[in-house]
Amino acid sequence: MEYRLSSPFDPEELKRLRAGDLVYISGCVYVARDAAHKRMQEALDAGKELPFDISGQTIYYMGPSPAREGRVIGSAGPTTASRMDRYTPALLDLGLRAMIGKGKRSPEVHEAMLRNGAVYFAAIGGAGALLSKAITACETVAWEDLGAEALRKLTVEDFPAIVVIDTEGKDLYLREDKKVKIF
Amino acid sequence: MRSVNCESIIKAVKELCIEANYHLSQDMCEALKNAADTEESTLGRSILEQLEKNLEIAASDDIPICQDTGMAVIFVELGQEVRIEGGFIGDAINEGVRQGYTEGYLRKSVVGDPLERINTGDNTPAVIHYTMKPGDGLRITVAPKGFGSENMSRVFMLKPADGAEGVKNAVLTAVRDAGPNACPPMFVGVGLGGTFEKAALLAKQALLRGAGTHSEKPHIRAMEEELLRRINESGIGPGGLGGSTTAFAVNIESYATHIAGLPVAVNICCHVNRHAGREL
Ligand code: SF4
Repeated sequence: MEYRLSSPFDPEELKRLRAGDLVYISGCVYVARDAAHKRMQEALDAGKELPFDISGQTIYYMGPSPAREGRVIGSAGPTTASRMDRYTPALLDLGLRAMIGKGKRSPEVHEAMLRNGAVYFAAIGGAGALLSKAITACETVAWEDLGAEALRKLTVEDFPAIVVIDTEGKDLYLREDKKVKIF
Repeated sequence: MRSVNCESIIKAVKELCIEANYHLSQDMCEALKNAADTEESTLGRSILEQLEKNLEIAASDDIPICQDTGMAVIFVELGQEVRIEGGFIGDAINEGVRQGYTEGYLRKSVVGDPLERINTGDNTPAVIHYTMKPGDGLRITVAPKGFGSENMSRVFMLKPADGAEGVKNAVLTAVRDAGPNACPPMFVGVGLGGTFEKAALLAKQALLRGAGTHSEKPHIRAMEEELLRRINESGIGPGGLGGSTTAFAVNIESYATHIAGLPVAVNICCHVNRHAGREL
Protein backbone atom coordinates (compact mmCIF):
# COMPACT_ATOMS: atom_id res chain seq x y z
CA MET A 1 0.00 0.00 0.00
CA GLU A 2 0.99 3.62 -0.45
CA TYR A 3 0.10 6.38 1.99
CA ARG A 4 0.64 10.10 2.34
CA LEU A 5 1.13 10.88 6.02
CA SER A 6 1.89 13.89 8.11
CA SER A 7 4.33 13.94 10.99
CA PRO A 8 3.80 14.13 13.97
CA PHE A 9 1.73 11.06 13.14
CA ASP A 10 -1.76 10.21 14.23
CA PRO A 11 -1.37 7.01 16.32
CA GLU A 12 -4.42 5.48 14.65
CA GLU A 13 -2.90 6.07 11.23
CA LEU A 14 0.35 4.43 12.31
CA LYS A 15 -1.61 1.33 13.33
CA ARG A 16 -2.84 0.92 9.76
CA LEU A 17 0.66 0.70 8.35
CA ARG A 18 2.14 -2.68 7.53
CA ALA A 19 5.79 -3.62 6.98
CA GLY A 20 6.43 -3.14 3.26
CA ASP A 21 4.08 -0.16 2.78
CA LEU A 22 5.41 2.88 0.97
CA VAL A 23 4.83 6.25 2.59
CA TYR A 24 5.38 9.87 1.71
CA ILE A 25 5.91 11.90 4.86
CA SER A 26 5.19 15.62 5.18
CA GLY A 27 5.55 17.80 8.24
CA CYS A 28 8.10 17.99 11.03
CA VAL A 29 10.85 15.48 11.81
CA TYR A 30 13.74 15.87 14.25
CA VAL A 31 17.24 14.85 13.21
CA ALA A 32 19.68 13.17 15.58
CA ARG A 33 22.50 10.66 15.25
CA ASP A 34 25.16 9.19 17.56
CA ALA A 35 26.48 12.26 19.38
CA ALA A 36 23.05 13.91 19.84
CA HIS A 37 21.67 10.64 21.20
CA LYS A 38 24.53 10.48 23.67
CA ARG A 39 23.71 14.03 24.82
CA MET A 40 20.00 13.21 25.12
CA GLN A 41 20.87 10.22 27.29
CA GLU A 42 23.18 12.36 29.43
CA ALA A 43 20.40 14.93 29.88
CA LEU A 44 17.97 12.22 30.98
CA ASP A 45 20.54 10.66 33.31
CA ALA A 46 21.03 14.06 34.93
CA GLY A 47 17.28 14.44 35.39
CA LYS A 48 17.11 17.28 32.85
CA GLU A 49 14.59 17.89 30.07
CA LEU A 50 15.33 17.13 26.44
CA PRO A 51 15.78 20.21 24.20
CA PHE A 52 12.46 19.35 22.50
CA ASP A 53 9.22 17.68 23.51
CA ILE A 54 9.71 14.20 22.12
CA SER A 55 6.17 13.01 22.78
CA GLY A 56 4.51 11.89 19.54
CA GLN A 57 7.52 12.96 17.44
CA THR A 58 9.65 11.39 14.72
CA ILE A 59 13.44 11.14 14.70
CA TYR A 60 15.37 10.83 11.45
CA TYR A 61 18.84 9.31 11.94
CA MET A 62 20.91 11.52 9.69
CA GLY A 63 23.93 13.83 9.56
CA PRO A 64 23.75 16.12 6.51
CA SER A 65 26.59 17.45 4.42
CA PRO A 66 26.90 21.26 4.58
CA ALA A 67 24.38 23.37 2.64
CA ARG A 68 25.62 25.58 -0.18
CA GLU A 69 24.68 29.25 0.03
CA GLY A 70 20.97 29.71 -0.56
CA ARG A 71 20.14 26.05 -0.07
CA VAL A 72 18.23 24.47 2.79
CA ILE A 73 20.53 21.51 3.37
CA GLY A 74 23.22 19.39 1.72
CA SER A 75 23.03 15.67 1.00
CA ALA A 76 20.69 14.14 3.57
CA GLY A 77 20.22 10.36 3.51
CA PRO A 78 19.74 7.96 6.45
CA THR A 79 22.47 6.56 8.66
CA THR A 80 22.59 3.08 10.26
CA ALA A 81 19.93 2.94 12.97
CA SER A 82 21.45 0.15 15.07
CA ARG A 83 24.06 2.52 16.49
CA MET A 84 21.20 4.33 18.21
CA ASP A 85 19.63 1.12 19.58
CA ARG A 86 21.20 1.51 23.00
CA TYR A 87 19.48 4.87 23.52
CA THR A 88 16.20 4.18 21.73
CA PRO A 89 14.03 2.23 24.23
CA ALA A 90 14.20 5.09 26.77
CA LEU A 91 13.18 7.60 24.08
CA LEU A 92 10.30 5.38 22.96
CA ASP A 93 9.08 5.17 26.54
CA LEU A 94 9.12 8.98 26.62
CA GLY A 95 6.78 9.05 23.65
CA LEU A 96 8.97 8.92 20.53
CA ARG A 97 6.56 7.56 17.96
CA ALA A 98 8.49 6.99 14.76
CA MET A 99 12.05 6.63 13.48
CA ILE A 100 13.55 6.91 10.02
CA GLY A 101 16.90 5.27 9.28
CA LYS A 102 18.40 2.24 7.60
CA GLY A 103 19.33 -1.23 8.77
CA LYS A 104 18.31 -3.68 11.46
CA ARG A 105 17.12 -2.92 15.01
CA SER A 106 17.83 -4.80 18.23
CA PRO A 107 15.33 -7.05 20.04
CA GLU A 108 15.16 -4.41 22.82
CA VAL A 109 14.08 -1.75 20.30
CA HIS A 110 11.52 -4.16 18.83
CA GLU A 111 10.02 -4.70 22.28
CA ALA A 112 9.93 -1.03 23.18
CA MET A 113 8.30 -0.26 19.82
CA LEU A 114 5.58 -2.84 20.38
CA ARG A 115 4.99 -1.55 23.88
CA ASN A 116 4.59 2.02 22.56
CA GLY A 117 2.93 1.50 19.18
CA ALA A 118 5.88 2.96 17.27
CA VAL A 119 6.93 2.54 13.64
CA TYR A 120 10.40 2.29 12.06
CA PHE A 121 10.78 3.49 8.48
CA ALA A 122 13.72 3.00 6.13
CA ALA A 123 14.75 5.72 3.75
CA ILE A 124 16.94 4.72 0.80
CA GLY A 125 20.52 4.52 2.01
CA GLY A 126 22.95 6.40 -0.18
CA ALA A 127 20.29 8.55 -1.86
CA GLY A 128 21.18 11.72 0.05
CA ALA A 129 21.08 14.03 -2.96
CA LEU A 130 17.63 12.81 -3.97
CA LEU A 131 16.23 12.88 -0.41
CA SER A 132 17.47 16.43 0.16
CA LYS A 133 14.88 17.52 -2.42
CA ALA A 134 12.09 16.57 0.01
CA ILE A 135 13.45 18.84 2.75
CA THR A 136 12.04 22.35 2.69
CA ALA A 137 13.36 23.80 5.95
CA CYS A 138 16.08 23.02 8.46
CA GLU A 139 16.89 24.63 11.79
CA THR A 140 19.33 23.70 14.52
CA VAL A 141 17.54 22.98 17.80
CA ALA A 142 20.53 22.27 20.06
CA TRP A 143 24.19 21.31 20.27
CA GLU A 144 25.47 23.30 17.30
CA ASP A 145 28.99 22.40 18.45
CA LEU A 146 28.35 18.87 17.16
CA GLY A 147 28.43 20.12 13.55
CA ALA A 148 26.92 17.45 11.29
CA GLU A 149 25.70 15.71 14.46
CA ALA A 150 23.72 18.63 15.93
CA LEU A 151 20.07 18.18 16.86
CA ARG A 152 17.97 19.59 14.03
CA LYS A 153 14.36 20.08 13.10
CA LEU A 154 13.32 19.57 9.48
CA THR A 155 10.24 20.35 7.51
CA VAL A 156 9.73 17.69 4.87
CA GLU A 157 7.38 17.38 1.95
CA ASP A 158 6.55 13.97 0.49
CA PHE A 159 9.69 12.41 1.93
CA PRO A 160 9.71 8.81 0.62
CA ALA A 161 10.16 5.93 3.07
CA ILE A 162 9.27 2.28 3.50
CA VAL A 163 7.68 0.78 6.61
CA VAL A 164 10.21 -1.74 7.96
CA ILE A 165 8.85 -2.46 11.46
CA ASP A 166 5.12 -1.89 11.99
CA THR A 167 3.13 -1.46 15.22
CA GLU A 168 2.50 -5.20 15.36
CA GLY A 169 6.22 -5.91 15.36
CA LYS A 170 6.45 -7.30 11.83
CA ASP A 171 9.94 -6.63 10.41
CA LEU A 172 10.48 -6.42 6.66
CA TYR A 173 14.18 -7.26 6.98
CA LEU A 174 13.28 -10.55 8.67
CA ARG A 175 10.72 -11.40 6.00
CA GLU A 176 9.70 -15.03 5.94
CA ASP A 177 8.90 -15.23 2.25
CA LYS A 178 12.31 -14.11 1.03
CA LYS A 179 14.43 -15.51 3.80
CA VAL A 180 18.02 -14.57 3.33
CA LYS A 181 19.31 -17.92 2.09
CA ILE A 182 23.00 -17.42 1.74
CA PHE A 183 23.96 -20.85 3.08
CA MET B 1 65.08 12.57 -11.00
CA ARG B 2 61.77 14.32 -11.61
CA SER B 3 60.50 16.96 -9.20
CA VAL B 4 56.92 17.29 -8.05
CA ASN B 5 55.92 20.29 -5.99
CA CYS B 6 53.71 20.03 -2.92
CA GLU B 7 51.44 22.73 -4.34
CA SER B 8 50.43 20.45 -7.20
CA ILE B 9 49.81 17.60 -4.74
CA ILE B 10 47.52 19.81 -2.61
CA LYS B 11 45.59 20.88 -5.69
CA ALA B 12 45.23 17.36 -7.02
CA VAL B 13 44.05 15.90 -3.70
CA LYS B 14 41.57 18.73 -3.21
CA GLU B 15 40.07 18.23 -6.66
CA LEU B 16 40.00 14.44 -6.33
CA CYS B 17 38.14 14.62 -2.98
CA ILE B 18 35.46 16.73 -4.62
CA GLU B 19 35.29 14.71 -7.84
CA ALA B 20 34.96 11.38 -6.00
CA ASN B 21 32.08 12.63 -3.87
CA TYR B 22 30.08 14.13 -6.72
CA HIS B 23 30.61 11.65 -9.57
CA LEU B 24 30.94 7.86 -9.54
CA SER B 25 33.27 6.14 -11.99
CA GLN B 26 31.82 4.94 -15.29
CA ASP B 27 31.85 1.26 -14.27
CA MET B 28 29.78 2.00 -11.14
CA CYS B 29 27.21 3.99 -13.12
CA GLU B 30 26.93 1.19 -15.66
CA ALA B 31 26.62 -1.48 -12.96
CA LEU B 32 23.73 0.46 -11.46
CA LYS B 33 22.05 0.91 -14.80
CA ASN B 34 22.36 -2.78 -15.69
CA ALA B 35 21.00 -3.78 -12.31
CA ALA B 36 17.96 -1.52 -12.75
CA ASP B 37 17.28 -3.35 -16.02
CA THR B 38 17.59 -6.86 -14.60
CA GLU B 39 16.30 -6.57 -10.99
CA GLU B 40 13.40 -8.96 -10.41
CA SER B 41 11.67 -7.25 -7.49
CA THR B 42 9.39 -4.28 -8.22
CA LEU B 43 10.40 -2.46 -5.05
CA GLY B 44 14.05 -3.32 -5.75
CA ARG B 45 13.77 -1.89 -9.26
CA SER B 46 12.20 1.27 -7.94
CA ILE B 47 15.05 1.69 -5.43
CA LEU B 48 17.68 1.20 -8.15
CA GLU B 49 15.94 3.75 -10.35
CA GLN B 50 15.95 6.21 -7.48
CA LEU B 51 19.65 5.59 -6.99
CA GLU B 52 20.22 6.40 -10.67
CA LYS B 53 18.20 9.56 -10.21
CA ASN B 54 20.29 10.34 -7.12
CA LEU B 55 23.46 10.25 -9.24
CA GLU B 56 21.89 12.60 -11.78
CA ILE B 57 20.84 15.07 -9.09
CA ALA B 58 24.29 14.95 -7.48
CA ALA B 59 25.89 15.91 -10.79
CA SER B 60 23.34 18.49 -11.91
CA ASP B 61 22.72 20.20 -8.55
CA ASP B 62 26.26 20.05 -7.19
CA ILE B 63 25.35 18.05 -4.10
CA PRO B 64 27.31 15.06 -2.77
CA ILE B 65 25.97 11.65 -3.83
CA CYS B 66 25.74 10.62 -0.18
CA GLN B 67 25.87 12.75 2.97
CA ASP B 68 28.54 10.45 4.41
CA THR B 69 31.38 11.81 2.34
CA GLY B 70 33.65 9.44 4.16
CA MET B 71 37.05 9.31 5.75
CA ALA B 72 39.55 10.12 3.02
CA VAL B 73 41.62 7.05 2.16
CA ILE B 74 44.51 7.98 -0.11
CA PHE B 75 46.70 5.66 -2.13
CA VAL B 76 50.04 7.06 -3.24
CA GLU B 77 52.14 5.17 -5.78
CA LEU B 78 55.46 6.93 -5.75
CA GLY B 79 58.19 6.30 -8.31
CA GLN B 80 61.60 6.08 -6.67
CA GLU B 81 62.95 8.65 -9.12
CA VAL B 82 60.55 11.33 -7.96
CA ARG B 83 61.68 14.14 -5.65
CA ILE B 84 58.97 15.90 -3.63
CA GLU B 85 59.71 19.62 -3.26
CA GLY B 86 58.27 22.28 -1.01
CA GLY B 87 57.46 20.22 2.06
CA PHE B 88 56.42 16.78 3.31
CA ILE B 89 54.08 14.85 1.03
CA GLY B 90 51.87 13.72 3.95
CA ASP B 91 51.26 17.33 5.00
CA ALA B 92 50.43 18.27 1.41
CA ILE B 93 47.91 15.44 1.17
CA ASN B 94 46.19 16.45 4.41
CA GLU B 95 46.10 20.06 3.26
CA GLY B 96 44.43 18.89 0.03
CA VAL B 97 41.84 16.97 2.06
CA ARG B 98 41.22 20.00 4.27
CA GLN B 99 40.67 22.27 1.26
CA GLY B 100 38.62 19.71 -0.66
CA TYR B 101 36.24 18.95 2.21
CA THR B 102 35.81 22.64 3.06
CA GLU B 103 35.49 24.13 -0.41
CA GLY B 104 33.54 21.14 -1.72
CA TYR B 105 30.81 21.32 0.95
CA LEU B 106 31.66 17.80 2.07
CA ARG B 107 30.77 16.51 5.52
CA LYS B 108 33.48 16.57 8.18
CA SER B 109 33.19 13.09 9.63
CA VAL B 110 36.50 12.59 11.43
CA VAL B 111 37.07 12.66 15.20
CA GLY B 112 40.62 13.20 16.43
CA ASP B 113 40.61 10.46 19.05
CA PRO B 114 38.51 7.29 18.92
CA LEU B 115 37.42 7.64 22.56
CA GLU B 116 37.37 11.40 23.17
CA ARG B 117 35.53 11.83 19.85
CA ILE B 118 36.03 15.53 19.15
CA ASN B 119 35.44 16.35 15.48
CA THR B 120 38.60 17.71 13.86
CA GLY B 121 36.43 20.07 11.80
CA ASP B 122 38.16 19.57 8.44
CA ASN B 123 38.02 15.80 7.84
CA THR B 124 41.75 15.38 8.46
CA PRO B 125 43.77 13.35 9.05
CA ALA B 126 43.44 11.17 5.98
CA VAL B 127 44.43 7.50 5.98
CA ILE B 128 47.37 7.40 3.58
CA HIS B 129 48.91 4.27 2.02
CA TYR B 130 52.23 4.69 0.22
CA THR B 131 53.70 2.23 -2.26
CA MET B 132 57.06 2.65 -3.95
CA LYS B 133 57.42 1.76 -7.60
CA PRO B 134 60.18 1.94 -10.23
CA GLY B 135 60.49 4.99 -12.46
CA ASP B 136 59.45 8.62 -12.06
CA GLY B 137 55.66 8.36 -11.96
CA LEU B 138 53.41 9.57 -9.16
CA ARG B 139 49.81 8.45 -8.94
CA ILE B 140 47.37 9.58 -6.26
CA THR B 141 43.99 7.94 -5.75
CA VAL B 142 41.41 9.33 -3.34
CA ALA B 143 38.83 6.83 -2.07
CA PRO B 144 36.42 8.40 0.45
CA LYS B 145 35.01 5.58 2.59
CA GLY B 146 31.62 5.70 4.29
CA PHE B 147 31.27 3.89 7.58
CA GLY B 148 27.84 2.32 7.20
CA SER B 149 29.59 -0.28 5.09
CA GLU B 150 33.07 0.02 6.67
CA ASN B 151 31.56 -1.03 10.01
CA MET B 152 30.38 -4.29 8.45
CA SER B 153 33.86 -5.27 7.21
CA ARG B 154 35.70 -8.22 8.74
CA VAL B 155 39.06 -9.98 8.99
CA PHE B 156 39.09 -13.77 9.43
CA MET B 157 42.31 -15.65 10.25
CA LEU B 158 41.44 -19.04 8.76
CA LYS B 159 43.46 -22.24 8.89
CA PRO B 160 45.06 -23.61 5.70
CA ALA B 161 42.78 -26.65 6.04
CA ASP B 162 39.73 -24.38 5.71
CA GLY B 163 40.70 -23.89 2.05
CA ALA B 164 38.49 -22.37 -0.63
CA GLU B 165 35.27 -23.40 1.15
CA GLY B 166 36.38 -21.56 4.27
CA VAL B 167 37.14 -18.43 2.25
CA LYS B 168 33.75 -18.50 0.56
CA ASN B 169 31.94 -18.99 3.87
CA ALA B 170 33.84 -16.07 5.38
CA VAL B 171 32.82 -13.74 2.54
CA LEU B 172 29.20 -14.91 2.59
CA THR B 173 29.02 -14.52 6.37
CA ALA B 174 30.28 -10.94 6.18
CA VAL B 175 27.80 -10.07 3.42
CA ARG B 176 24.88 -11.72 5.21
CA ASP B 177 25.65 -9.91 8.46
CA ALA B 178 26.05 -6.61 6.61
CA GLY B 179 22.59 -6.99 5.08
CA PRO B 180 20.64 -3.73 4.96
CA ASN B 181 23.18 -1.82 7.09
CA ALA B 182 25.72 -1.53 4.28
CA CYS B 183 23.38 0.17 1.80
CA PRO B 184 23.14 -2.69 -0.70
CA PRO B 185 23.73 -3.20 -3.59
CA MET B 186 27.21 -3.66 -2.17
CA PHE B 187 30.64 -3.78 -3.70
CA VAL B 188 32.66 -6.51 -2.01
CA GLY B 189 36.45 -6.25 -1.76
CA VAL B 190 38.29 -9.36 -0.59
CA GLY B 191 41.94 -9.62 0.44
CA LEU B 192 43.30 -13.13 0.50
CA GLY B 193 46.67 -14.11 1.97
CA GLY B 194 49.57 -12.02 3.24
CA THR B 195 49.44 -11.17 6.94
CA PHE B 196 46.68 -9.73 9.13
CA GLU B 197 47.14 -6.13 7.90
CA LYS B 198 48.12 -7.04 4.35
CA ALA B 199 44.85 -8.88 3.83
CA ALA B 200 42.89 -5.83 5.02
CA LEU B 201 44.82 -3.52 2.72
CA LEU B 202 44.33 -5.87 -0.25
CA ALA B 203 40.61 -5.91 0.46
CA LYS B 204 40.50 -2.12 0.33
CA GLN B 205 42.56 -2.07 -2.88
CA ALA B 206 40.16 -4.59 -4.40
CA LEU B 207 37.44 -1.91 -4.15
CA LEU B 208 39.41 0.27 -6.58
CA ARG B 209 39.32 -2.35 -9.33
CA GLY B 210 36.36 -1.71 -11.62
CA ALA B 211 33.08 -3.58 -11.50
CA GLY B 212 33.13 -6.33 -14.14
CA THR B 213 36.93 -6.80 -14.06
CA HIS B 214 38.40 -10.07 -12.83
CA SER B 215 41.47 -11.55 -11.23
CA GLU B 216 44.01 -12.84 -13.72
CA LYS B 217 44.28 -16.11 -11.78
CA PRO B 218 41.64 -18.53 -13.14
CA HIS B 219 40.83 -20.15 -9.76
CA ILE B 220 40.40 -16.73 -8.11
CA ARG B 221 38.28 -15.50 -10.99
CA ALA B 222 36.06 -18.56 -10.65
CA MET B 223 35.65 -17.78 -6.95
CA GLU B 224 34.73 -14.15 -7.70
CA GLU B 225 32.06 -15.29 -10.12
CA GLU B 226 30.66 -17.97 -7.80
CA LEU B 227 30.52 -15.59 -4.83
CA LEU B 228 28.79 -12.85 -6.82
CA ARG B 229 26.19 -15.32 -8.03
CA ARG B 230 25.55 -16.72 -4.55
CA ILE B 231 25.37 -13.25 -2.97
CA ASN B 232 22.80 -12.19 -5.56
CA GLU B 233 20.79 -15.34 -4.85
CA SER B 234 20.63 -14.39 -1.17
CA GLY B 235 17.53 -12.25 -1.64
CA ILE B 236 18.92 -9.35 0.46
CA GLY B 237 18.33 -7.04 -2.51
CA PRO B 238 18.50 -3.25 -2.94
CA GLY B 239 18.20 -1.49 0.41
CA GLY B 240 18.00 -4.94 2.05
CA LEU B 241 14.32 -4.98 1.11
CA GLY B 242 14.45 -8.02 -1.13
CA GLY B 243 15.50 -8.60 -4.73
CA SER B 244 18.04 -10.11 -7.05
CA THR B 245 20.66 -7.36 -6.83
CA THR B 246 22.63 -7.58 -3.60
CA ALA B 247 26.12 -6.89 -4.96
CA PHE B 248 27.59 -5.37 -8.10
CA ALA B 249 30.94 -7.08 -7.79
CA VAL B 250 33.16 -9.35 -5.72
CA ASN B 251 36.77 -8.39 -6.38
CA ILE B 252 39.47 -10.57 -4.83
CA GLU B 253 43.11 -9.55 -4.55
CA SER B 254 45.53 -12.22 -3.36
CA TYR B 255 49.11 -12.38 -2.12
CA ALA B 256 51.59 -14.97 -0.86
CA THR B 257 51.07 -16.08 2.72
CA HIS B 258 52.65 -18.12 5.55
CA ILE B 259 52.60 -21.94 5.71
CA ALA B 260 50.43 -21.74 8.85
CA GLY B 261 47.83 -19.24 7.73
CA LEU B 262 44.97 -18.23 5.45
CA PRO B 263 44.01 -14.61 6.21
CA VAL B 264 40.79 -13.36 4.60
CA ALA B 265 39.65 -9.76 4.82
CA VAL B 266 36.27 -8.63 3.54
CA ASN B 267 35.94 -4.89 2.97
CA ILE B 268 32.30 -4.14 2.31
CA CYS B 269 31.48 -1.06 0.31
CA CYS B 270 28.07 0.31 -0.56
CA HIS B 271 26.76 1.24 -4.01
CA VAL B 272 28.53 4.59 -3.52
CA ASN B 273 31.96 3.04 -4.15
CA ARG B 274 33.95 6.22 -4.68
CA HIS B 275 37.42 6.62 -6.04
CA ALA B 276 39.16 9.13 -8.25
CA GLY B 277 42.80 9.00 -9.28
CA ARG B 278 45.32 11.04 -11.24
CA GLU B 279 48.91 10.91 -12.50
CA LEU B 280 50.99 13.86 -11.41
S1 SF4 C 1 27.13 3.01 3.51
FE1 SF4 C 1 27.66 4.20 1.67
S2 SF4 C 1 25.73 4.80 0.72
FE2 SF4 C 1 25.30 4.14 2.82
S3 SF4 C 1 25.31 6.02 4.01
FE3 SF4 C 1 27.37 5.16 4.16
S4 SF4 C 1 28.53 6.08 2.45
FE4 SF4 C 1 26.37 6.46 2.08
